[in-house]
Amino acid sequence: MAKRIDVSGLNAYYGSHKAIEDISMTVEPRSVTAFIGPSGCGKSTFLRTLNRMHEVTPGGRVEGKVMLDGDDLYGSGVDPVNVRRTIGMVFQRPNPFPTMSIFDNVAAGLKLNGSYKKSELNDVVEKSLKGANLWNEVKDRLNKPGSGLSGGQQQRLCIARAIAVEPQVLLMDEPCSALDPISTLAIEDLIGELKERFTIVIVTHNMQQAARVSDRTAFFNLAAVGQPGKLIEIDDTERIFSNPSVQATEDYISGRFG
Amino acid sequence: MSISTMKPTGTPGGESGPSNLKAARLPRWSPYVIAVGSLAVGCGIGLAAGLDSRLQWGLIAAILFVAVSYILSATVEGGRQAKDRLATSMVWVMFLLAVVPLASLVYETVQRGAKVFNGYFLSHSMGVVADKETGGGIYHAIIGTLEQVGLACLIAVPIGLLTAIYLVEYGRGKLAKAVTFFVDVMTGIPSIVAGLFVLSFWILILGFDFSGWAGAMALSILMMPVVVRSTEEMLKLVPNELREASLALGVPKWRTILKVVLPTAIGGITTGVMLAIARIAGETAPVLLLVWVNPFINTNPFDGAQASLPLYIYQQYQSGNQAGYDRAWAAALALIAFIMILNLVARGVARWKAPTTGR
Amino acid sequence: MDIPTDTTPPPPRVEDAKPTTAAQKRAARGATRPGDRIFLALSRGSGIALLLVMAAIAAFLAYRASIALADNEGSFFTTFEWDPAGITSGGKPVFGIAVLVFGTVVSSIIALVIAVPVAIGIALFISHYAPRSLAAPIAFVIDLLAAVPSIVYGLWGALVVAPNLTGLYSWLDDYFGWTGIFEYQGGAPRSLMTVGILLAIMILPIITNVSREVFLQVPKFNEEAALALGATRWEVIRMSVLPFGRSGIISASMLGLGRALGETIAVATVLSPSFVINASVLDYGGGTFAQNIASKFNEANEYGRDALIASGLVLFVITLLVNGAARLIIARRKEYSGANA
Repeated sequence: MAKRIDVSGLNAYYGSHKAIEDISMTVEPRSVTAFIGPSGCGKSTFLRTLNRMHEVTPGGRVEGKVMLDGDDLYGSGVDPVNVRRTIGMVFQRPNPFPTMSIFDNVAAGLKLNGSYKKSELNDVVEKSLKGANLWNEVKDRLNKPGSGLSGGQQQRLCIARAIAVEPQVLLMDEPCSALDPISTLAIEDLIGELKERFTIVIVTHNMQQAARVSDRTAFFNLAAVGQPGKLIEIDDTERIFSNPSVQATEDYISGRFG
Repeated sequence: MSISTMKPTGTPGGESGPSNLKAARLPRWSPYVIAVGSLAVGCGIGLAAGLDSRLQWGLIAAILFVAVSYILSATVEGGRQAKDRLATSMVWVMFLLAVVPLASLVYETVQRGAKVFNGYFLSHSMGVVADKETGGGIYHAIIGTLEQVGLACLIAVPIGLLTAIYLVEYGRGKLAKAVTFFVDVMTGIPSIVAGLFVLSFWILILGFDFSGWAGAMALSILMMPVVVRSTEEMLKLVPNELREASLALGVPKWRTILKVVLPTAIGGITTGVMLAIARIAGETAPVLLLVWVNPFINTNPFDGAQASLPLYIYQQYQSGNQAGYDRAWAAALALIAFIMILNLVARGVARWKAPTTGR
Repeated sequence: MDIPTDTTPPPPRVEDAKPTTAAQKRAARGATRPGDRIFLALSRGSGIALLLVMAAIAAFLAYRASIALADNEGSFFTTFEWDPAGITSGGKPVFGIAVLVFGTVVSSIIALVIAVPVAIGIALFISHYAPRSLAAPIAFVIDLLAAVPSIVYGLWGALVVAPNLTGLYSWLDDYFGWTGIFEYQGGAPRSLMTVGILLAIMILPIITNVSREVFLQVPKFNEEAALALGATRWEVIRMSVLPFGRSGIISASMLGLGRALGETIAVATVLSPSFVINASVLDYGGGTFAQNIASKFNEANEYGRDALIASGLVLFVITLLVNGAARLIIARRKEYSGANA
């Protein structure tokens, strides 16, 4: 189910502007890897290169290799559509399809594929909603629009939608930044459960959150505004927060800048 | 379309191996090759079947292109990709379909209009030329159009500007809502209805004669909502900080609007007014009802029938002979040139005077 | 708008609060100085003048129409004849709009059926398919299409398009003539179908532009949701763009319909009118409200003109309803998207 990601020598551009430079790292399967760093350091951009969403942005361009268990995501003949099916994504703002019901939102990914049985679909939707800790809250109103849920519920609905297609990897781009503390807690608990089944990469602004949910933490930084972002170091979360090997990381974590 | 060739490419994130991410794709150059191929076949069929209209050749080619891309994609790439390609090729065909009429219209107008379009044509009227004779020109029509459009501007621009200022700077509450709604609805009034309105109250009830002025009134009704809409958009773009900065200096609101808001938006407002002029300059229906027709030069828009360019085209077309058609095309060329120049200049002004404040 | 003077003893607090809000309101509206007051009066007056013009259009048309209808011997809505001078009935005016309703509706429907899919295609092309460097020039081309005067469309339609349609019409007659709708006797194809095709080209820009605006408003994160699930571009459009833009497409089509219903001179130029209802849309004949007014106006006497005004009033009311409905849909959509933005 879960797969390892190996990134080597990755650059990403917006038009002629280089947003991130020469990033190499390994993301371990069945673990949570957190990306932290100051605003504009390219951590979200980097996350989006991992499922080829970066190239959706006008002018977006990527150089380098991203290997998913030995398959290069940017190799020739690779279909970005298949990449995105294999590597799911949850966004900063909850974005359920506004015109679809809760059920249809979760089933959306499966329906794209065309071949499914009605009973199968019911099972998958229930399983996914349970997996996202949302089943009990919505099981009586599956046909109501997803936009009627609270922000935290919407975000869990989006997680359910993402895991319904059984991806190998789940990318989360600041999934809690638009949520209140209680909803945040629910999502963090959920992340702890999901890592049993998926490789999870999470971008977060909140260092406590990184410390709470992740097994490994990567710190990104940029030399100056307008300069490309770089990976400073990646290590076990415990080490990053107690005894980082680079001074800049310690400065950032202890709140001396950023 | 052979559905039997469709293969669903079920590639869910299951346990499958490396091939999981890859998908059979048609080569990048395939759409171009298919396009050229279908064009060739389309022309071939057209020639063979002796279809006289190039339009049909093109339609056959377009249908071929859409169908062939779909079938090829369905066999090689599978159903979902095929549908995606179908949508893409349809969208391209739709776009080309829209370009064809514009290209044809411009080409035909220039080509047929050039025949009698010269200095003589621009500087003479139809005063002593019978319908079937060659010769004559559009001088009287140009004068009529310019005067009628100018008068319409004199009415519509101040009212339009002030209404827009009211809506943006003062308008809250029911009156503003009503004005906004009816301005929108007014943009949709058929021009002939505006003509009928002026006809009913100015000519039938008040008993005045047909004149350029009557036409100008109808044109101003058509122009007002366009001016209001575009001015409103431009005033909304002026950042509030500018207004507040001026008000904080103790400048009264009306002077703030006149000295700060309007100058900031003047480029966009000018563009809007010019586009509105371009729109009414080509209106025929109200002019037909209110200005009547006059083959002679009449420089007084307040006294008696005049001519106008669109009306001239209609008149010459209706004469139903080749000399008339030639004159109609030449006048159409003049009118289109006038309107296109207005459009281009308007856009130039918009770019040149684009508000640099804010952002 | 008079402020209570300061000398007024302020008994309860509610009264106390009132002058402040009134003063604030006045300050906010800037109506305290003479210059401000004059300026406000002028601009508000212009707004009111606009409303008065609308009201006057309705009132004067209705008044003149009532004169005509009072003496009409035929039934205004069902008579298949337009003879306000009473030539065939010994001086008794007989006229009705049944034929015009038919022609107007048929030609507008043809125009919509052709224009809406094409317009949606072009709008999608500009918003989602065209390379970014191409999008702006294409939008400009569409704007040019809108700038061409209707009389030039008419001239082009009558002298260039119509002669080119005989082949297509014969083909339609060969294969679909049995339906009755596509029967074609030959001859100049100056029929409602030709009018519909021309109208389609003319209303294409407005439908395209309004739909394009709506498609561009689709929130990025909505489309990314579909993309991240592994949707192809078409599936993104089907899942995110089209549902979001549905009401926009509807109102755009209605704005286009409003244009098509009221188009005058292009129809008058292309159509070879006759006051009959013909089941076949390919054969010449029929008429529309606006075209009928333009064609019959020159030879009409004062009573005949009033009769034409009566038909114009119907056209006015219809376009008012269509445009008003379209605008209401747009306005409601704005509120909706604003609440969710």
